Amino acid sequence: MTASQTHSDTHRAIDAVWRIESARIIAGVARMVNDIGLAEELAQDALVAALEQWPESGVPDNPGAWLMAIAKRRAIDRLRRRQTLERKLEEIGHGLETEDPAPEFDAALEEEPIEDDLLRLVFTACHPVLSTPARVALTLRLLGGLTTEEIARAFLVAEPTIAQRIVRAKRTLAEAGVPFEVPEGAERAGRLASVLEVIYLIFNEGYAATTGTAWIRMDLCQEALRLGRILAELAPREPEVHGLVALMEIQASRARARTGPSGEPVQLRDQNRAHWDQLLIRRGFAALLRAEKLGAPPGPYVLQAAIAACHAQARTAEETDWARIAALYEVLVRLSPSPVVELNRAVALGMAYGPQRGLDLVDALIEEPSLKGYHLLPSVRGDLLARLGRHEEARAEFERAASLTQNASERTLLLDRAAACARP
Amino acid sequence: MRFLMMTTDDGSAAGNPPDEKLFAEMGRFIEEMSRAGVLLATGGLDPRATHIRSSGGKITVTDGPYTEAKEAVVGFALIEARSKEEAIELSKRFWQIIGDGQGVIQQVFGPGEPMPGQ
Repeated sequence: MTASQTHSDTHRAIDAVWRIESARIIAGVARMVNDIGLAEELAQDALVAALEQWPESGVPDNPGAWLMAIAKRRAIDRLRRRQTLERKLEEIGHGLETEDPAPEFDAALEEEPIEDDLLRLVFTACHPVLSTPARVALTLRLLGGLTTEEIARAFLVAEPTIAQRIVRAKRTLAEAGVPFEVPEGAERAGRLASVLEVIYLIFNEGYAATTGTAWIRMDLCQEALRLGRILAELAPREPEVHGLVALMEIQASRARARTGPSGEPVQLRDQNRAHWDQLLIRRGFAALLRAEKLGAPPGPYVLQAAIAACHAQARTAEETDWARIAALYEVLVRLSPSPVVELNRAVALGMAYGPQRGLDLVDALIEEPSLKGYHLLPSVRGDLLARLGRHEEARAEFERAASLTQNASERTLLLDRAAACARP
Repeated sequence: MRFLMMTTDDGSAAGNPPDEKLFAEMGRFIEEMSRAGVLLATGGLDPRATHIRSSGGKITVTDGPYTEAKEAVVGFALIEARSKEEAIELSKRFWQIIGDGQGVIQQVFGPGEPMPGQ
């Protein structure tokens, strides 16, 4: 092996170590300095030290501990300098009074489980004081260990835009004086919802994308799954965390079946179920079971996961338990009312109890302003009308749906259905 | 990407059940990997294997133990990592917990996926 080969091997190893360890290091340092922006800077300093030393010395046996030690040492230097400065200012003000070192300095050096720090980092990066895109970028950067360039590529945004978004987010947190802590009491539920929203957004960005290259997209799904699985171990008593993990595992299980040979989308009922990943389905069921065992009334993610589980359980599309799905949607719509959920409930009702039941509900949604321009409304309505033998009306609905969709292959699919209605 | 990490044994442990200490160490590793969000599945393998061989349309089944088996797989962990280097790093942690021994890491690919490196 040549020297340059060894060199690049070490760099790849450092990269891997950084990916695994960066979140823990940033979290550990953030507790000391109470500022995640500064914590990331200090963690980066440790990375630079590794890049300088490891190619010569080799990767240490416990690289995570090495990086953490360097980062914490830098943090202590900072705190000392700040303390000295404060003391000097104080001396100028009060004469020559001697004072004990600040108590928080000692507290910062105490060993605490790193898991607690990681959970604090999750909640801080997803703080509601930040805009949603800022939360997403900061989470991927601080918890996923992704570079600004990787985030930019995944979201099809220019790199400086993401860089600026992250800088602003850190500044906003510092200016708002957001403490580095896990919220408790009444605040906790809302803050947790924000965390789950960010993770599910990352997942959906990868899953529902109509643009971008496939591998980057799947990477985003994997990243969201990883974050969800980590969170499930950090906050095992939160049923909605397990619900979100279950939902993502089951949705990811269909990744291979949901596109055809030329990349066209394949609808759930037409998917080859042999291509569903049984390992992920089983993991999804296990996560759902963990949520249910906690005994709380099901929240929106647990309900959505339960619906996904109904589909995963059916060996064929015909075996789907639509009555149960309709019942789950009914609970979901009461919990978080949304016209889109109502539309899904209409589909389930139409499958379970006949097209007329579904159509009654869809017709009640036609005037819904938030569904104006939503192609799935006429698409669902067309499907129900076709099943009722009202082909002419169905054709018009499919054509309207085709004119509303942004996705080319979906448009083709809808126009095919419209044409099929003309010759029943 | 998925990687299968396997611990192998030269056959000296065949027939001997793994001891309490190893179970405890494995438990620690499994916990750490779960916390890192990378562990998909794991398990230990009974060294008393059954050997199946198909040759010219004839299938022969032989029951173990396999004292002659070199590098028999005794345990596995299926992980989801972002790169081969990351899988290797995680594997290093495994051996730091377990101590002496050896194993193999191989990338797993599913139906319809290109074979890695192609």
